[in-house]
Amino acid sequence: MADISLSAATPVVPRRRFRWSTVVDHAILITGALIMFLPLLILVQTASTPDVETMKYGPGLYFGDQLDDNFRKALFEASGFSGENTGLAMFKNSMILGLGFAFGKIIIGMMAAYAIVYFRLRFATFAFWLIFTTLLLPLEVRILPSYEITQKLGLLNSYTGLIVPLIASATATFFFRQFFRSVPEELVEAARIDGAGPVKFFIDILVPLSQTMIAAMFIIMFVYGWNQYLWPTMVTTEEGMYTLVRGIKQIVQVLQGGNEIPEYGRANVLAIIAVLPPVAIVIFFQSWFVKGLTESDK
Amino acid sequence: MKRAGFASRWLPILLLVPQLSIILVFFYWPAAYAVKSSFYLQDPFGFGQTFVGLENYASLSKSAEYFKVTNFTVIFTVLVTFFSLALALLLAVKADKVIRGARTYRTLLMWVYAVAPPVAGFMGLLLFNQRWGPLTEFFGSLGWDFNLRADYFDTAFAMVVVSVWKQVPVNFIFFLSGLQSIPKSVREAALIDNRSASGRFWDVTFPLLAPTGFFLLIINITYALFDTFGVIDTLVQGEPGNNPMTLVYKVYVDGFRGNDLGGSSAQSVVLMVLVLALTVFQFRMVEKRIHYT
Repeated sequence: MADISLSAATPVVPRRRFRWSTVVDHAILITGALIMFLPLLILVQTASTPDVETMKYGPGLYFGDQLDDNFRKALFEASGFSGENTGLAMFKNSMILGLGFAFGKIIIGMMAAYAIVYFRLRFATFAFWLIFTTLLLPLEVRILPSYEITQKLGLLNSYTGLIVPLIASATATFFFRQFFRSVPEELVEAARIDGAGPVKFFIDILVPLSQTMIAAMFIIMFVYGWNQYLWPTMVTTEEGMYTLVRGIKQIVQVLQGGNEIPEYGRANVLAIIAVLPPVAIVIFFQSWFVKGLTESDK
Repeated sequence: MKRAGFASRWLPILLLVPQLSIILVFFYWPAAYAVKSSFYLQDPFGFGQTFVGLENYASLSKSAEYFKVTNFTVIFTVLVTFFSLALALLLAVKADKVIRGARTYRTLLMWVYAVAPPVAGFMGLLLFNQRWGPLTEFFGSLGWDFNLRADYFDTAFAMVVVSVWKQVPVNFIFFLSGLQSIPKSVREAALIDNRSASGRFWDVTFPLLAPTGFFLLIINITYALFDTFGVIDTLVQGEPGNNPMTLVYKVYVDGFRGNDLGGSSAQSVVLMVLVLALTVFQFRMVEKRIHYT
């Protein structure tokens, strides 16, 4: 019987005895957490030391005093040739991409899901298949033709060209379809008896009901949009249109070449700014985010 | 559709128009365009194109380089998928078990989900820096002269390490939520039946996690095939040279840099078929899974 109280699966055991297995568990978890965290720490450390020191010795053990100076450089001084890609401008573009993508995807997805779930449509099955086939092929497999078409439409270096092609997949639509189907049918009947039309039902009942789902979707989509790399690399060639994540490509190339001292401090600060907003959102809205992520596959 | 639906005629069409028009222009058109271009040979100077039938596919199947890239992609995908799943499962089982600090561990182990792959690659550049990278120094002390970008194997190693680091958190989140959804009664029953913790894990917990694991398997394969682009591009600093690359990276290099639209499109089509096969396989397995539970 002693074995039963050994397990942590029964947390009701009143006295907690010291056990080696618990120590091992914590040791594994702490090691994991450290491995996750150390690269970020090195990034911050090198961002706070003078570039000459980083170039000679690499990451050290102590934080330097250059962090605010590097932050100022990264935010307000441009790194390219045109003078347009300051950290602040890239931050703005990243925000537009993240927010535009998240809002666009959620609004379009909710509308389509509402039409599919709540209306009698003659070509409903056809529309359904047309939409859900897009779940099968990620943008990466049709990246070049997508680029050619965006170019033909004259959308290179525009926010529309940056955001809209990324929206062309039905992940949000699928997610909301699943959710709408779980909403009790009595609600529609009650609404109809009370004389509510489809628009009123959608805005006054369905949208408020979906609040948590919308929040969860929003976090996932914002992070996804913000972190896009390949597509922005292709469609934005003007430095003024760069996002932070796309800017990483330029930073890497700048670090590589030339005899001058590479600007590690500034580059690292840009990387930190590129990481901070999505990480903060995921940490602060953890429970919504986890719920949305793990329920989207059902 | 719900039984109690609305009968409006124009409203649903209006609601579907934005979604349908976007996917027609930016999904079906490019997909069809890729299939069509794969049968043509693009003039390198932009003067039209000639129909060549299956020639692009034929030269692809004969290309030694394409074979090498495919080979690397398979090995890379297997390694990344295996290690990110295994490490995440280990961490999730431990995080599910500990009583103290469970929430803190969850936060500390999942935040990397939000790090963009190229930024992860950028951190990799610091860690594997030729002169002073902490990992390079560590390997050096073990007698391994680590050489990122100069040595094929070392570069591949760095790509796998960074890609796994980036993917573990996603798997961790799914495994942890899978573990937490196992009913208490099942755990208690297992506790009575089976005395050893590892026995309980393999006989009860692991099979119950199988659906999550299978779903994650597909997610991870897709990740290794497509989303690692940023990691790879950053680690080779935009200049692939003789370094390893994945199939998607080659599509980009051949089509965007090399201007070989036909060859690149043929590669795209091959990838599309691959992903479709994967998805069909997934759906069939999911159907089976529903029968059992």
